[in-house]
Amino acid sequence: MRKIKESIYKWLFTITAFASLAFLVGIVIVLFKEGIPILKYIDFFPFIFGESWYPTYEPPDYGILPLIAASFWVTIGAMVICVPLGIGTALYLHELAGEKQRAVLKPTVELLAAIPSIVFGFFGMIIVAPFIQRLLNIPTGLCAFTASLVLGIMAIPAVSSIAEDALSFVPRSFKEASFALGANRWQTLTKVVIPAAGSGISTSIILGMSRIVGETMTVLMVSGGAAVIPKSFFSPVRPMTSTIAAEMGEAVMGSAHYNALFAIGLLLFLITLVINLIAEIISRKYRLKLGLNR
Amino acid sequence: MDIDIRPVRDGIKEASDGNAGRNESTARPNDRANQFRSAKNGAVSNGVNLARMHSQNVNFYYGKSRALSNVNMNIHENKVTAIIGPSGCGKSTFIRLLNRMNDLIANSRLDGKIFLDGKDINAPGVDVVDIRRRVGMVFQKPNPFPKTILENISYGLEINGRKDSGFIRHKVIESLEKAALWNEVKNRLNDNALGLSGGQQQRLCIARCLAVEPEVILFDEPCASLDPISTKKIEELILELKKEYTIVIVTHNMQQAARVSDYTAFMYLGQLVEFGQTEKVFTVPKQKQTEEYLSGKFG
Amino acid sequence: MRNDHIQKLGFALLFLCVIITVFFLGSIIYFIVVRGAPAISWEFLTEVPRRAMTQGGVAPAIVGTFYLTIGAVLFALPLGLACAIYLTEYSPKGAVVNIIRMSINNLAGVPSIVFGLFGLTVFVKFFGFGVSILSGSLTLAMLILPSIISASQEALIAVPHSLREASLAIGATHWQTIKRIVVPTALPGILTGVILGIGRAAGETAPILFTAATFYMRGYPDSVFSEVMALPYHIYALMTEGTKPDQQTVIAYGCSLLLVVLVLLISAIAIYIRQSRRKIYGH
Repeated sequence: MRKIKESIYKWLFTITAFASLAFLVGIVIVLFKEGIPILKYIDFFPFIFGESWYPTYEPPDYGILPLIAASFWVTIGAMVICVPLGIGTALYLHELAGEKQRAVLKPTVELLAAIPSIVFGFFGMIIVAPFIQRLLNIPTGLCAFTASLVLGIMAIPAVSSIAEDALSFVPRSFKEASFALGANRWQTLTKVVIPAAGSGISTSIILGMSRIVGETMTVLMVSGGAAVIPKSFFSPVRPMTSTIAAEMGEAVMGSAHYNALFAIGLLLFLITLVINLIAEIISRKYRLKLGLNR
Repeated sequence: MDIDIRPVRDGIKEASDGNAGRNESTARPNDRANQFRSAKNGAVSNGVNLARMHSQNVNFYYGKSRALSNVNMNIHENKVTAIIGPSGCGKSTFIRLLNRMNDLIANSRLDGKIFLDGKDINAPGVDVVDIRRRVGMVFQKPNPFPKTILENISYGLEINGRKDSGFIRHKVIESLEKAALWNEVKNRLNDNALGLSGGQQQRLCIARCLAVEPEVILFDEPCASLDPISTKKIEELILELKKEYTIVIVTHNMQQAARVSDYTAFMYLGQLVEFGQTEKVFTVPKQKQTEEYLSGKFG
Repeated sequence: MRNDHIQKLGFALLFLCVIITVFFLGSIIYFIVVRGAPAISWEFLTEVPRRAMTQGGVAPAIVGTFYLTIGAVLFALPLGLACAIYLTEYSPKGAVVNIIRMSINNLAGVPSIVFGLFGLTVFVKFFGFGVSILSGSLTLAMLILPSIISASQEALIAVPHSLREASLAIGATHWQTIKRIVVPTALPGILTGVILGIGRAAGETAPILFTAATFYMRGYPDSVFSEVMALPYHIYALMTEGTKPDQQTVIAYGCSLLLVVLVLLISAIAIYIRQSRRKIYGH
C-alpha cells in the first residue's frame, strides 16, 4: 500500500514536471512553425539584410535590417548607461556603504527592479522625451537616444543586484589576505575583489543586456517607431520588439506579414538564447573557480 | 507477505488499532528475541547467526572506488558496539548501511548482505521504511527539524499514523525523559528546537529517535560537534539506553569507545581489522595495526 | 598620484554612481507620485470609465489586473512547485537535470513579447479561448513559470540534507519527508518567488497585448472568456489611442501611480520575507 502510494506521487510529479517543460518547449515549436514560412515569400538573406520594412505596402518589403539596427543601437546605448552605474552602485553597496546605508539601499535597489516597464515607458514618453527635445533642439524627443536612456535607467537595479550577489560570493579571506599585505581598500577592491568576482559581474552585464534586448513596452513608447536605418542616435527608430507589439494587432493571421513578425520573434528568441547561454557558461566557470558547488 | 517482522512491543500493540493490518505478523518476535538473548555472545548456533544484526561479506562502492571490503561483523543484542578507526576507514559508510541510509547516495553499490534478526534487509520486497523504523539513527551534527520541540518528537509518531493526542503527549514525555532532556525543556515544549544548545539538540534528536520505538540505534559520531560536558551526558545516556536497545556507535575518540562499548570493531582502509570484546581489543589487541592505532602511531 | 589619492578618487566615483542612480530612479517615483496623486480619488478607484475614457474611474482595469494575476498564479504555482519538487527530490541527478535547469534559466530570459506571440498562437487561436482572461492568465503563467521554478528549486536545495536524513531515519517515507519537512522548511523561499512572480505578472504588458487586454469596457468581465482591461495596458492605450490626450494623460498618471504602489507593495512583502529568513539562517 505504502509503496504504491509513494510511486503514485513520484509519477505525479514526474508527469507535471515534464508537462510544464513541454509547455515551455512549445514556445520554440510555435516560433519555428509560424516564423519559418516567411521564407516562402522572401529568401533568408534579403529578409535579414533587406534595408526596407514596408509590410503593408503593395508590393510589400520584408527587410528587417532597420529593426535589427535599431535594437542594436538602443541596446548599446542602454548598456553604456546601465553598466557603469549598475556596477558602480553594486561596488558602493558592497564595499563602502555602512551597515545602515546598506540595509536601506539594498532592498531599495531590489525594489526598483520590480517597477513595471510600462511605467518607465510612460515616464520616458511624458517627461524624458520632451525634455530631451527641448534640451537638444531636435524635431522629436522620441528617438534612439531617449530609448537608450530610459532602458539604461530601467536596467540599473537588475544589473546592480546580480553584480552585488557576485561580489558577496567572494570569500572574505581573499580580502583579508590583501589587507595583510598592506594594500589599501581601493587596491584590494580593484586588484582582488573585482577580478575574483569578474565572471559574476560579466554575468550581470550579460543578463542586463538580455533584458534590454527583449524589452518591449518601453521602446514601443519612446523609440519613435520609424522603421528606417537610423542615421544618428537622435533619429526615431523601431526595434524588433516594438515592431511585433505594434503590428501584430493588424497582421492577418497566416499572412506573410504575420509570418514575418513571428520570424522576428524567432530571431529575438535566438539572440536572447545565445546571450543567456553565454551567461550560463561564464557563471558556471565562475562557480568552479571559487569552488562554489551550486 | 511476511516481510513485516518487527517485534510487537506492548506499547505499539495497544496503540496500533487505527493501523490495522500492519502488525499482524503471527510470529511472536519476542520468542525469537529470547532465543537471541540465550545465544548471547556466541552468536552462532547450529550454523545460524543469531546476533541481532550481522553483515556478511559486505563490499561497498562509491562509483568505482571501493569503500568497504569484505566486512563481516556481528552486532549483539543489548550491547554497545563501537566502531573505531582513522577518518576515511569506512566506519561511517558501514553504520549507514545498517539502516540503508546509503540508499540515498547516487552511484553507490552494495555487495554482500546485512541481516536484522536473521532477515536480509536488502532483500527484494523488504520495505526500507520499515527497516529505518526498526533501526534508528542519530547523526554527527544535531539535526532537529526547524519546528517546536514537541513537533520534533511527535513527527515520528504522526507519520506512523498516530493521531491520538493523549498518546502522543505521553510518548513525547517518555522519550524526553529517556533522553534525559525532560527537565530542561518541560516548560518550553512549544519553543523552536533550534533555540536549544548543541548538546540539548543532540539529546532531542535521540528522543526523536526513541519515540518511534526502534530496536537498534545507530550513533554516527554523536559527539563530534559537542563540548566535553555535553559529550559526557550523551555517553551516560548511551549506557542507560543499552538496557533496552541494541546500540552501535561510530567514534573517532578511542577513549569514548573504551568508556561506553562492550564490543569494539577497528576498521582500517575499508577493512574490519579486529573485532572483539572492548577490554580485550584495548588491552591485548590481536593485530599489529590495531595496536599501533590505539597507541597513537597513526590515524 | 599617491595611493590614498587614487583611493579617494575611486570612492568618489562610486559614490557618484549611486547618486546618479538614486537621482534617476528617485525622479521617476517623484513624478509618478506628485502628478499621479491628484488623479486618485474614491471615484477613480471604484467607478467605470465614462465619456470615452476621459472621465470616471479605472475600476475595471484594477479588477482585470487582479483577475489576470490571480489566474496566472493559480496556473503557475502548482506546475512550478511540482516541477521544482521533481527536479530537486525525484529526478535522477546529472545530465538530465542540468539540461532541464539550463532550459529553465534560458526561458526566464525569453522576451515577454515572445510569450505574447506564443499565447496568441496557442491559447487564443489553437485552443480557441479567444482574447480573454483565460488566455492572458495562461500566457502570464508561462512567463512567470521559470522564475517560480527556479526560486522554489533554490529554496528546496537550501533545505539542509541532514533534515531529510533525519526524517528518513525515523522511518518517514520519501513523500512524507517532502510534504512535512522539506516543503515547510523551504516555504519562505518559495513564497518569495511566488510573490515576486505576482508582482511581475501584475506589471507585464507585452504578453497580454494580443491575448487578453482591451482598451475600453463599460462594465466588468463576466466570465473567464471575456476580454479585460488591465492597468499596465491601460496606461499604454491612454497614451497612444483616444482623442483627448490632455485628459487621458492625467488618468495615465493615476494608473501609473496605482500600478507602482501595487507592485512595490507586493515586492516589498517578498523582500521582507527574504530578509527575515536570511536573519534566521544567518546568511
